[in-house]
Amino acid sequence: MIRQSQIPEELGRYALLIVALLYLSGLVALPLVVVFVEAFAKGIFAYLNSLLDPYALAAMKLTLLTAAISVPLNLVFGIAAAWAIAKFEFRGKSALTTLIDLPFAVSPVISGLIYVLIFGANGWFGPWLAEHNIHIIFAVPGIILATMFVTSPFVARELIPLMQSQGNDEEETALSLGASGWQCFWLVTLPNIRWGLLSGVLLCNARAMGEFGAVSVVSGHIRGLTNTLPLHIEILNSEYNYVGAFASASILAMLALVTLIAKTLLEMRHPELRAGQMRAA
Amino acid sequence: MSTPAVAIPLADGPTKRRSRSGFRVLPGFGLTLGCTITYVSLLVLVPLSAAFVRTAELGPRKFLQVVTTPRVLASLELSFGASLLAAVINGVFGFIIAWALVRQRFPGRRLFDAIIDLPFALPTAVAGIALTALYAPNGWIGQLLAPWGIKVAYTRLGVVVALAFVSLPFIVRTLQPVLGELDREVERAAETLGASRLQTLMWVVLPSVWPALLTGIALGFSRAVGEYGSVIFIAGNIPKVTEIAPLMIMTKLEQYQYSQATAIAVVMLVSSFALMLGINGLQIWAQGRRRAR
Repeated sequence: MIRQSQIPEELGRYALLIVALLYLSGLVALPLVVVFVEAFAKGIFAYLNSLLDPYALAAMKLTLLTAAISVPLNLVFGIAAAWAIAKFEFRGKSALTTLIDLPFAVSPVISGLIYVLIFGANGWFGPWLAEHNIHIIFAVPGIILATMFVTSPFVARELIPLMQSQGNDEEETALSLGASGWQCFWLVTLPNIRWGLLSGVLLCNARAMGEFGAVSVVSGHIRGLTNTLPLHIEILNSEYNYVGAFASASILAMLALVTLIAKTLLEMRHPELRAGQMRAA
Repeated sequence: MSTPAVAIPLADGPTKRRSRSGFRVLPGFGLTLGCTITYVSLLVLVPLSAAFVRTAELGPRKFLQVVTTPRVLASLELSFGASLLAAVINGVFGFIIAWALVRQRFPGRRLFDAIIDLPFALPTAVAGIALTALYAPNGWIGQLLAPWGIKVAYTRLGVVVALAFVSLPFIVRTLQPVLGELDREVERAAETLGASRLQTLMWVVLPSVWPALLTGIALGFSRAVGEYGSVIFIAGNIPKVTEIAPLMIMTKLEQYQYSQATAIAVVMLVSSFALMLGINGLQIWAQGRRRAR
């Protein structure tokens, strides 16, 4: 008999499966569960109470505002970048692609720091801004800028491989039939990329609402004014208000879950969307 | 989920056609390229260059002085060391997980496959407080480890755990498509020829997934090095012991020592860019290996 006994092999396979599932549970699944358990540790009233706290509500509002500005801007940028890169051949294309990807390689703290160097009190434009009484750092514009930086690659990253794989044939046909450039974009390209676009926007939004490091540098942590939801979690946590911290965390965890479910469903229906995902983190 | 998910170097995508006459047929090239370059320059290029200009103003001697202070050096060592350790541990367990997800059928497989992406989607602050609650001495997992004298939260081990959390999906998602494409006939042939399971793994499976495994580890490592949010909650942030480099930058900023903060940032930026180039090379190599099969 050439093959070894079947039984140890089966055992080995189960042992590996158990190791895999234990590791995954301990590192990824349980942290998600613990968020909700801790949030409801003192009952539903304590949970709701900490969410209806004025500072928590202000933090949620700022988080929504930040996403509402940075996501659409990055959406337009992502479409423009993907159109230029996927539809045309030009010199320096790979350099431009690398540049678009760059924010993914930069530590969140550094993403905040660079804006402090430009707009901060000692920064390049600091004195001029102070003279004109414009506040960017330790104010809402800084938070939005840092969030835009961190989330800028998401839509482009998703669309470029998708549009490259689709080629230019349909657009060229539309144009030869007399469509204008914009008609061609709205009626031909956009319907073709809509699911990829949705996927990119979902990831971009999740990151925009959840960004911590970059926002932490530029925020100044003024409660009710420049505190986003992730920053609010940190403050409550440092005050040992764990129910409050985990209640706010549960909102963001639900956002992550919705994003994940939507993304999984999208990818099940449209397998071609998986190409651009890896770097999108 | 087993179709290709590895980042394909975008510049290597299908070549674009121009019309036969050689003119660009599609409109909007100038508009979209102009918008893209303007946006990227204003948002990314100019701000990033500010870090290098600031550091240049500092001068090389002062720069070295800042970067080699024992506390800064310790933080850089911790960030790079713990990230490497986390990425390598994930290399082992990520391989087992990817293997289980690709090769085995078990109840809940879809669910486990989907939660691999959770670290991509879960805000780092949430991950940070959740991991801390879990691994604190009175937490669900901390409790189990405490009798063995293993402390995770507020130690260097905690830093590794948080970094393992953020880097896990990179390794699993890079390995899955490659494992899915493996020709199982080759493995069966090896076994028929008398190879043990371990020998088959070592000499047949590993050589073909090696490039993808390395790419995944490198991607995970580069993500972990810059990580801030999930680590600062679980680390305890003791200077020279559990203080990571991004926190060091933060601390310098809070003390209004902008040039010192920037000097540390430049060290991290340069290593990130070098890593990015290395990863691109790795991916091209891995792509070539996959096509060659």
